[in-house]
Amino acid sequence: MSTSRRLTLKTLSAAAAVASMGLIGLPAQAADTIKVGVLHSLSGTMAISETVLKDTVLMAIDEINAKGGVLGKKLEPVVVDPASNWPLFAEKAKQLIDQDKVAVVFGCWTSVSRKSVLPVFEEKNSLLFYPVQYEGEELSKNVFYTGAAPNQQAIPAVEYLMGKDGGEAKRFVLLGTDYVYPRTTNKILRAFLKSKGVGDADIMEEYTPFGHSDYQTIIAKIKKFASEGKKTAVVSTINGDSNVPFYKELGNAGLKAKDVPVVAFSVGEEELRGVDTKPLVGHLAAWNYFMSIKSPANDAFVKKWSDYAKAHAIPGHKDKPLTNDPMEATYIGVNMWAQAVNKAGSTDTDKVIAAMAGQTFPAPGGFVSTMDKENHHLHKPVFIGEIKADGQFKVVWKTKGPVVADPWSDYIAENAGKKNVPEKK
Amino acid sequence: MHPTLLHACRRLALAAGLGTALLLPWSAWALTSEEALRLAEGDGDTRIETLMHLAAGTDARGHALVRALADEAVQVQDGQVLIVRDGRATAAVDGQPVALTASAEEAVVNNRLRGALDTALAGMDLFTGDPARQREAAATLQRGAFDDPSPAQLPLVEQALSPAHAGQLSAPAAQSLRLARAALQLGSPEAAQRSDAATLLAQAREPIVKALLAQRLAQERDPAVQAALRQSLERIERALAASAFLGQLFTGISLGSILLLAALGLAITYGLMGVINMAHGELIMVGAYATYVVQGLFQRYLPGAFDAYLLAALPVAFLSAALVGAAMERSVIRFLYGRPLETLLATWGLSLVLMQGVRSLFGAQNVGVENPSWMSGGITLLGSLTLPWNRIVIIGFAAAVLVAVALLIGRTRLGLFVRGVTQNRPIAACMGVNTARIDTYAFALGSGIAGLAGAALSQVGNVGPDLGQNYIVDSFMVVVLGGVGQLAGTVYAALGLGILNKFLEGWTGAVLAKIAVLVFIIVFIQKRPQGLFALKGRNA
Repeated sequence: MSTSRRLTLKTLSAAAAVASMGLIGLPAQAADTIKVGVLHSLSGTMAISETVLKDTVLMAIDEINAKGGVLGKKLEPVVVDPASNWPLFAEKAKQLIDQDKVAVVFGCWTSVSRKSVLPVFEEKNSLLFYPVQYEGEELSKNVFYTGAAPNQQAIPAVEYLMGKDGGEAKRFVLLGTDYVYPRTTNKILRAFLKSKGVGDADIMEEYTPFGHSDYQTIIAKIKKFASEGKKTAVVSTINGDSNVPFYKELGNAGLKAKDVPVVAFSVGEEELRGVDTKPLVGHLAAWNYFMSIKSPANDAFVKKWSDYAKAHAIPGHKDKPLTNDPMEATYIGVNMWAQAVNKAGSTDTDKVIAAMAGQTFPAPGGFVSTMDKENHHLHKPVFIGEIKADGQFKVVWKTKGPVVADPWSDYIAENAGKKNVPEKK
Repeated sequence: MHPTLLHACRRLALAAGLGTALLLPWSAWALTSEEALRLAEGDGDTRIETLMHLAAGTDARGHALVRALADEAVQVQDGQVLIVRDGRATAAVDGQPVALTASAEEAVVNNRLRGALDTALAGMDLFTGDPARQREAAATLQRGAFDDPSPAQLPLVEQALSPAHAGQLSAPAAQSLRLARAALQLGSPEAAQRSDAATLLAQAREPIVKALLAQRLAQERDPAVQAALRQSLERIERALAASAFLGQLFTGISLGSILLLAALGLAITYGLMGVINMAHGELIMVGAYATYVVQGLFQRYLPGAFDAYLLAALPVAFLSAALVGAAMERSVIRFLYGRPLETLLATWGLSLVLMQGVRSLFGAQNVGVENPSWMSGGITLLGSLTLPWNRIVIIGFAAAVLVAVALLIGRTRLGLFVRGVTQNRPIAACMGVNTARIDTYAFALGSGIAGLAGAALSQVGNVGPDLGQNYIVDSFMVVVLGGVGQLAGTVYAALGLGILNKFLEGWTGAVLAKIAVLVFIIVFIQKRPQGLFALKGRNA
């Protein structure tokens, strides 16, 4: 009821919208600081992955402030904890935009949390920077996706597994946590595998709930499936802290990487922190960045993070600092946003969106990261790394150069004719 | 790997082991720096080719380099290949010590090369005389023959089994090689050999052999061999079905033992004392964090005795959780006896306090608890069934805790008092029992057992502030299903739920299994609210 009234009001005042935007923008600009929202789970099942992203945003903001801030003003972070609770993400996003009047929000990891906040950002015409690889099938003008689309991670990884060096896998287990990202990714992968001649009998799909901790049955199933025929590989889209018991069980059950390699899309240096990686050597992960990449930009990034973690006594990282792909994507996102605001001369959403197109930033991964002119995704190279005994990854394969994102995957039939451009409101 | 290349590699690697290498022209070459570099840095095919040259050769430095590569101890520095062990680098070609600089890069070993290395090592190890290595080498060859049988492998397995060499083989190694030979002879032109091979293969109770036999059966024309194949196939299928069933039973018992550990403490605090303790999960968490702290202390002060940390952690986990429990009882719960709703709210509040406390102390993230080495890995039974050590240990531990609790409640003075106070508080007080103190002891005991559960759970799952939340519902489920006030009911309920859950999971998947179990419990409690076993008597 009240929503419809608000909607009517909105339609009526459509002409005044631009003016009112400016008016709302003015008081914010008159203040001494520009507020920046940070929306990452600091507790619950996703805290294992998301907590460090909050710290990465804070580090990037510190760094920008030390250089004089944006538009001559300091950035002021507003940190909230949506606690791995998807509806709470939307509430917290509303709070950040309405009460705290933030200019931009950096946040979310799981796609279900992004889907939960998306209507909020679209309705309020605010900006979200989303730093994690995801399943595509979405393109909002209010979101910048600094993580990988499926063609920048999942598909090259499976191509690698099917290739000579990856072991020429013929059968695939698609294993994931039960929510939108694994389901959609696996739908795309199934279509992709079919296009490469892999039959339905050679694909097994399995899902577990969030926070699942007993992987005995699933490992037994994988073993059975793997021994029924040709070379098998596992594609894991398990998210959050379930990865620890999964990899522990994998090691204990004696499933070796050379027999059944597991390639993971949501497991990085941080997720392996609590795992004894010696039995896992050779299992794979596909990302657009690894901590072990050798480049001056990465050395500087790792050093910056180590110093920051020590200075702020971040648990775990103060003794053993680790960086990972979503941290890199977050860092790129914050810096690109700051550049775009400087270029636009304003924090106004539409002006910043226009200024984001074509922004470049020297990424810690050792290449120049470019924001696509239209599709709100970064151009990224793809790396495939093998787990080493010390929990780091060693790059065994990479693309020749950055890959342009294809959020509406060509492998899903309904996407035919969809352009990789957000529909303007 | 390309199949023909793989076979060539296997053949050549084996040839070295069989001592026939002297016949090969390049075997007398010593390791050159170009060769070492090709092995460390070449493209996939070049590296495997070089690998099989070195493995088939007799040059000790070549063998050392292959072994170093298998251990991932090879680095390349300024075009020179180094073997780095314990931080000391030596040149691969001449064994001279070399100073490591920052430019040294590790030689990449991918899964394809790792497979080739295994085969190469198997060839090198088969006749080293070390029985463990020999057994592993034979197992590798057996796996190779099962995975991808080809006649090229046959002469070498035959030769290893020939009377001249067979004397050096240990029994398991010889058995592996015989099975490998049988797998290779399935394609033999002689019907008698094929039939013998088919019969022998029934001893290998592995799913891959089933696939192999089924494949052969489709091609076989000779009726006698067909019969042998069918018979073996049946035997393997029976063995596989049995091992799959045993596997599911084991995982069910394993889950049951975890549920039992989690619920046993609650069976005392809720079951015997009637306190609806919503903070029970957090007491489990306290035990898990105590284990983490002990692990940290061992890492820092006693790294040599690290494997024993878990034993030291048990009393610490018990005491810390018992202390927290006793403090909770003295400060909050004792004022609320007989007021279940208030107790529920108060303990829920306490659970939030404990969670936030742990978050402030250790951070919101999960902490890593490593398995001691004796709990890693597993024991392989019946070919395809691997039982992980950590699960076996936890089942044993749960049984031990159960026996200890049963003895404590059933045979000791404290147990007598606890039972007395539970049955009739005023009469027990009249008999001179200090009921308030007994309440504290009993609550501390239940809490301490939750702490022990935490120590055990830290070995299979995540240790984080939310650890308890995952187990509180399960614990109440077990206690309510088993019947309040009954330890025996708790045991049956825990094992029953564990096994039911795992059989459903094998059938419907993890998500549906969880739902089905919850529905089952709702229906069961509606039909039988008193649980499996009900206390009979005045109090019930």
